[in-house]
Formats: sequence, C-alpha cells, structure tokens
Amino acid sequence: MKSSVITFPGSNCDRDIDVALRKFGFKNKMVWHNDAEIPNSDLVVLPGGFSYGDYLRCGSMASKSKIMKSVINFANSGGMVIGICNGFQILVETGLVPGVLLRNKYLEFICKNVFVKINNKTNIFFKNIDKEVLEFHIAHNEGNYFCTEDQLKEIEDNEQVAINYCDKNGKTEEKFNPNGSLKNIAGVFNKGKNVLGMMPHPERMIDLSLSGEDGSLFFNNLINNLK
Amino acid sequence: MIVNEQVAIDHGLKKDEYKKICELLNRTPNITELGIFSAMWNEHCSYKSSRIHLKKLPTKGKQVIQGPGENAGVVDIGDNDAIVFKIESHNHPSFIEPYQGAATGVGGIMRDVFTMGARPIANLNLIHFGSPQHKKTKNLLRGVVHGIGGYGNCMGVPTIAGQTNFDSSYNGNILVNAMTLGLVKKDKIFYSKAAGLNKPVIYVGSKTGRDGIHGASMASASFDEKIEEKKPTVQVGDPFTEKLLLEACLELMAGDSIIAIQDMGAAGLTSSSIEMASKGNLGIELHLNKVPTREAKMTPYEIMLSESQERMLIILENGKEEQAKKIFDKWNLDFAIIGKTTNSKKIELYFEDQKVANIPVNTLVENSPMYDRKWKKAKLPKKNKIKKQELKNLNLIDILKKVLSNPNVCSKEWIWQQYDHTVMGDTIQKPGGDSGVIRVHGTNKAVAASVDSSAVYCWAHPSTGGKQVVCESFRNLISVGARPVAITNCLNFGSPENEENMGEFVECVQGIGEASEYLKFPVVSGNVSFYNQTKEVGIKPTPAIGGVGLITDYKKMITMDLKKVDNIVLVIGKTIGHIDQSIFARNILDEKNGPPPEINLFNEKNNGETILKLIEDGLIKSAHDVSLGGIITAISKMCIQGNKGITLKKPKYLINEIEYFFSEDQGRYLIEVAKKDQKEVSEILNKNAVHYDELGTINEDQLIFNEKTKVTIDELKTSHKNWLNKYMSK
Repeated sequence: MKSSVITFPGSNCDRDIDVALRKFGFKNKMVWHNDAEIPNSDLVVLPGGFSYGDYLRCGSMASKSKIMKSVINFANSGGMVIGICNGFQILVETGLVPGVLLRNKYLEFICKNVFVKINNKTNIFFKNIDKEVLEFHIAHNEGNYFCTEDQLKEIEDNEQVAINYCDKNGKTEEKFNPNGSLKNIAGVFNKGKNVLGMMPHPERMIDLSLSGEDGSLFFNNLINNLK
Repeated sequence: MIVNEQVAIDHGLKKDEYKKICELLNRTPNITELGIFSAMWNEHCSYKSSRIHLKKLPTKGKQVIQGPGENAGVVDIGDNDAIVFKIESHNHPSFIEPYQGAATGVGGIMRDVFTMGARPIANLNLIHFGSPQHKKTKNLLRGVVHGIGGYGNCMGVPTIAGQTNFDSSYNGNILVNAMTLGLVKKDKIFYSKAAGLNKPVIYVGSKTGRDGIHGASMASASFDEKIEEKKPTVQVGDPFTEKLLLEACLELMAGDSIIAIQDMGAAGLTSSSIEMASKGNLGIELHLNKVPTREAKMTPYEIMLSESQERMLIILENGKEEQAKKIFDKWNLDFAIIGKTTNSKKIELYFEDQKVANIPVNTLVENSPMYDRKWKKAKLPKKNKIKKQELKNLNLIDILKKVLSNPNVCSKEWIWQQYDHTVMGDTIQKPGGDSGVIRVHGTNKAVAASVDSSAVYCWAHPSTGGKQVVCESFRNLISVGARPVAITNCLNFGSPENEENMGEFVECVQGIGEASEYLKFPVVSGNVSFYNQTKEVGIKPTPAIGGVGLITDYKKMITMDLKKVDNIVLVIGKTIGHIDQSIFARNILDEKNGPPPEINLFNEKNNGETILKLIEDGLIKSAHDVSLGGIITAISKMCIQGNKGITLKKPKYLINEIEYFFSEDQGRYLIEVAKKDQKEVSEILNKNAVHYDELGTINEDQLIFNEKTKVTIDELKTSHKNWLNKYMSK
C-alpha cells in the first residue's frame, strides 16, 4: 500500500506519522507543500503541527497551499485522506469535512490520553476494529469542534460523526469532553466517508512503551482494509 | 551622540570600566563601539564576577566530548551518538513579560543546541515563583506556562520534565530556566570557531528589528519600581520561524559547507560575530547595510545590539553561497552575505560606506573585566531541638495530606498537560516521575533527564545545598534506571556586589564542584544569572542542576508507580531523622531555622550504584527517590501513581515515627521488590554495605499505619492533585 504525508512549513508530526505508516507496512513518501501533484497513493495524510505557524487561523494558509489542489482532487475522486490534529484543521478549512475547530474551552493547550467511542464501522477506517472504545492521545490548543445546527443534523443523519470523546466504558458525557467540542465530537468524515479528520494522534499510540497501543490497532486495521 | 563617562554609566558600565575601554582603544569610543563594549562586558555575557569560581568546576570525563565554552555541552552515548545539552536562564525578561520572556527562553536554548548540529529531542524547565498569595504570582505562572508551551509545542519538541517551586523570596524576581537536549552524530558536531581568511559571513533567519536592544544589560541589573519601562527590552518570539530555521540549518549541516556557526542570542550580532572571531583568532568585517532589517532607518548601534530572535550567523566555505542560499529560500528565510573573515583580529563595521566601529577583538573578550569579588563565608546554623512531646500530638494522616497538597509537593499536572510531552513519538516516561525519559530514535537506548533545585537547603547552608542538588539530580536519574552521565547548571543568585549573595554563589559552586567530582558527574555547560534582586532583596540562592543519564536498554527503564499487591517496599539508605529545613519543619512546625540535611557522598554513590545493579539484574519493580516530604510523601506518590496501597511497618528506630516518616535525610530511595526476590536483594544490599529497612507491603488501595491511622489512596490523590487546579481556577 502506498501512502503520502504532506509536509507544510511548521508541520511537526510528519516524521511521527511516517514512522507509524512504515511500521504497519505502508510504503510512505513525504511530499513538500509546494509540489504540484501528490504521487500515486492509496492514502494521503495531513499531519499535525503548526502549519504556517497557525497564523491567521489554524490550517487556513495550509488549505490554500499548492499541493492542496491535488489533495482536494484526490479526495473528491474518492481517494482516502486522513487529517490528524492540524491536518483536521486544514481539512475543515478546505471544506472537505464540515465544521470548524475553535480554541479549547478552557483556553489551554491539552496533552493527554483520552478515550474515543467509534460511532460507525461501515467505513473503511474503522471497519473490522473489534473494540468499541479506543484509547488515543490528544495534544492541541484548537480542537473545540463546532458546526451549525443544520450541519449537525446533516452529519448526524449521514452518520458522518466518526468518533466522540468518552470514558473507558464508552459513555459520552460532557465531563469526558476535554476541549468543549460540540456533542463530544473528536473526528468527522466527509459525506463519502473517504476523508477523515480527527484531533487525536493515533501515531503516538503505536508501542506499549509509549502512551498505549490502540494506534497500532488503528493502522493495522487500516492497511488490512485497504488491501 | 557624544560619548562620555555619563553615557557609559547609563549603559551599565562602571567608571573604571569606561576608563579601561578608553585606554584599550587609546581613544574615546564612538556610540556604536560603546554599545558593543557594554554588551560584551556586562555580567550576562562576560561572566566577570563568576569566571574565577566557575574554573574550579570539574568539566572532564570519559564521556565528555565538549565541556563549557561552546554553545552547549556534548556527551558521548555510544554508537557514534552524542547528546548536546544546556540549561539557560530567562528570569528578568519573564518577570517583565511572562509569555514572551519564557517563550524566547525556550527558543534561545533550542537554538544553542541545534547550532551544534543536534536535533532537539527534549525540553525541560525549572520555574520558581513568589508566594502563591502574592498578587502577581498567578498571572506570572499562567503567562510563563503558556509561553513555554507556546514555543516548545510549536517547535514539535516534547517537554518531558520540570520543576516548579513557590517561595516568597521570588516575589519580585521569578526564575525561568529552560533546558534542551539534542541528538547528534559524533562526527557531525558543529562549533563556533571561525577559520580561514576571506570566508563569507552569512546572516540567516528572521529580520533584525528594534526588539530586545540591551536585553543582556537588563539581565545584568537589579529591578526597581520602574521595571515596567523595560518591556521594550524583552524580545518577541516566533516559534514558527525557529522551526523553519531548525530544518534549514539541519539541511545545510548535512553537507560540508559550514566552517563555523553561532546563534544570535544575548547581545545578538555583537556577541555572535565577536565570539566566532575570538575563538578563531581572526578578524571580522561586517557591512551593516546588508543586514536584513524589518524596520526602517535602523542605526548601526541598533543593528548590533538588537536581540531579535531566530537568527544565526554562519561562516561558509567559499563558493558554497549559492547552494546554501537555495536551502534558505526553500524555507522562506532571509539569507544575506554580510561580511568576511579577515586577519586584522579586529571587528570592523561599515555602514553607508563609513567605518562605524573598529575594535580589537581581544579587548572585548580576553581583556574584559574579571572580578574576584568579596564574599562572606556562611556559618552552619545550629540544630533545632524538636520537642518530642509536641510531635506525639500530631496526626500522621492529617499532616501527610497537608504536605501532599503543599504547593511545592503537589501534582503539577495542570502545568505539564499544557506542554506537548509526546510529540516525536519517543517519550517513554512522561512528566510527573523522577526523570523524563526519551528513546534515542530507532535504537534500544534511552536518555533520562531531570532538573532540580533546593533553594531552601542552599539558603540554610550554601555548600551543603550545592552538594545536595547534584546528589538529587543523580538520584532522580538512578531512580529511572539511568546511569548518570553529566550535568548542566544554571546558577541563579542575587547581586554579586553584595558580599552575602556572592558568598552564597561561591559556596554553592564549591558544593556543586565537590559532589560532581566525587560522583563523576561533570559539568559540561551552564549559565550564571546574577542580580535576581529587587532593590536590596535578593532571591534565595538557587543553583539549578540539569542532569542527563543513559539507559542502554530502554525496556529496563523503571517508573515510580507501585506495580503489584503483596510486593515489598524497602527504604534504601539510612534514616536518622533530620527534620530541620524539611517541608515538615518549615510548613507544619513553622520552624524556618536550622541546618539542611547532611550529605554523605560515599553513601550517595554506593547506594546509587547498588540500585543500578539491582535494576540491571531485573530485581526492582518500581523506584522513587526520597526527597521533599520524606519517606511517607515518597511512598504516597508511588501509591497514587500506581493506584495501590501500602501497609506500613512500625519503624524499629528510637526516633519518633513522625521524624522517621517526614525527615529529609539524603541518599535514600524507595524500591519495590517481589517477595520471591527479597532474599537475593537483601544479599546484594548487604554485600555492598548498603543500609536498608523494610517499609511495608503493598495492598489494594489504602495507606495503613495501624488500625486507627489509615487513609484511602483516593483521598491522598485528591489532596495531591487539587491544590494547583483550584489555585489556577480561582
């Protein structure tokens, strides 16, 4: 399976996701933001970090960079795209996934393990995962998901909410919401469910010595689903 | 502007220093030259009060590749890998403008590390604030934490450990010390020594603005009521540009075009160019019109003294300019050839075709003032007589809860959750343990790092305190299974012109030297911050020690959380019952006098080495060093982290149980061992003449001393976790 990770100026999880993708069998290529075309890929990943310093608005300038035209075309023709953290912020700025990401409710950067509940397993990202709840890791300042009432209805009707913050038993109450996200939303799909934007970093959970191993579960499952 | 004695004094120079400048030049300096002298000769850059004492520190060792004198120290960790590390203060700016002060402190220390060719892999910090009740404390704490996070998080370098302390002596002068570790291949280390004639001098990074002019001079003076006016001397950080600068520099360093490289830190273009020339015994000629500026009409004086951040000076091989420029263009950074190396041994500056400065380099460096300041020797305070009867009436559990929620003992999760501590995917021990630990990417090795201070002990008796901090650092590394390699120090003190403050400095340095010599734990880099003083009041002497250790197989790393019910916990090292200067004495008995606990270097070394052996043999399940708050505080933290309880044995000593549990005797650790291993562990401890006691047996969820004296771990967790959250949300 071939993957491409886009490096924007200010990306800082590009190496981490590269390590993770290779570990689980992807042939990964790093792609520079100023390139015109993404190479032939089965998966494109927009990594975490602070693209363009997160100046103006997180993800805003990156969404207009040269490579993004090619990424948007790829996504619109059904190609698989994941945006993690800053990558999710870039995805909402391009409009590939609905909503916006505001500053965290308590106005502070948060770095910790969280639990997320998988909402929908009919898609290629989460199909065949035998758990309902995953332990992931977040590290962000602007992960407070928000959208209009109409948009919310639409994404709920279309089952576009991918994952919600919850406790280890899958309860999605407000007290398990780390950043004030609407309905504890931690990740959303586009309509076609080939594009996933999420705040948690599965690439930081790929080894028992790190924060945990549910990231391994995610990537292993993903490559098997893609095969 | 005409230069005279008054102008020199306004620049922070002393009368005789100005006289010396005129003599060295054999004329009156012009204003640009005076600015350059004042920047190079201030305390921050010249170490004029400290040099004579710092020379006495042990700086060599088997693993030391580079000791003090470069941008950072370098140690060998085998397989052609080396760790570059240093700690530096940003105290003065952080008090004036906490966010930017702390942020640029973090940015500055990372630049020191990647200047040497190393990719930063971990950040640490030591932050000290005034009393929690002081009106400024909360905002300063919030601003500093946001600043450290704002910069480090954006750079994508994990912040893996730190130390936070509150004490009223920092009410008017907080401490912000930032430390960075970087990883480099031994044969790809870059230095700041210029070499060769007519080599191009290149400026890269951000443009030069008017921010931070005289920052280093500000950091070399005491505060008074007019400090707010000094805000313009605080630099403004841009971590995004620094991230680009990091990637661009590392890309350039992969080739062979760099002769020397130096970041523009304190005193900006002045100190970077002069240091490179001085180390290479060369001259440098700079054309200041070519320096990229972000403001119009900047004068040579301003260009030379600006402390704008995220800039580097590079001396390139001839003919490599185009190739280098391409890399900086790719990263959208300024690149300008601003001068060349010469054989004049002078710093010669040109602006609008006029020569605006002409100073022999040696007058700025070797001939800079050096003072052997007067200092007062401290006396060892007399021991307090503890009233045993008074102790009998105290309730162990009540005191324990008070100690666990003490601002200096309580959980600092509110702080470190705001730092990205997991980016780069190699953090295997997060903040909250004895040391932070990161893997050396792609290998089985790991590096442990911790940062420590104990101002109260240093204040009570400086030389003992100095020794203690080094030992504490040693223990924090041992506790995670790392072999201590070397240290960096940040020496935060009051005014060197005050004999008592100077005495504190001299004796703390003696103590540090003695301990690091004995423990073979050399000092490879560091920084001195004097004048942490508002009017006549100085801070408690606060040498900070950043320790680095190596774990050869990261799977053998130890954490402090208790692992298994029915395992045994042992206290390693002897408990005498030293209460003076402990958290217990100062905060429960309200007794602030008396000597700090004594240091026995033989025991420190022997206990530490024996523990490393036990870890190597796989006999230790968890470990924690005993420090603030004594044995009972240490075991409580192990219980809290592991969600387990402990059934304590009654101490068999003649000392009171309160003294046994709360005393802060040194050289001690708690270790968890499996019952089946207990005999083997005892044999090894006995063979190595290490004193130990059995503390108790691990249970499900309670700390039990006897039927009447017990508490659930959940309750202790609440005491430990709540103080800081509540304080910050008020």
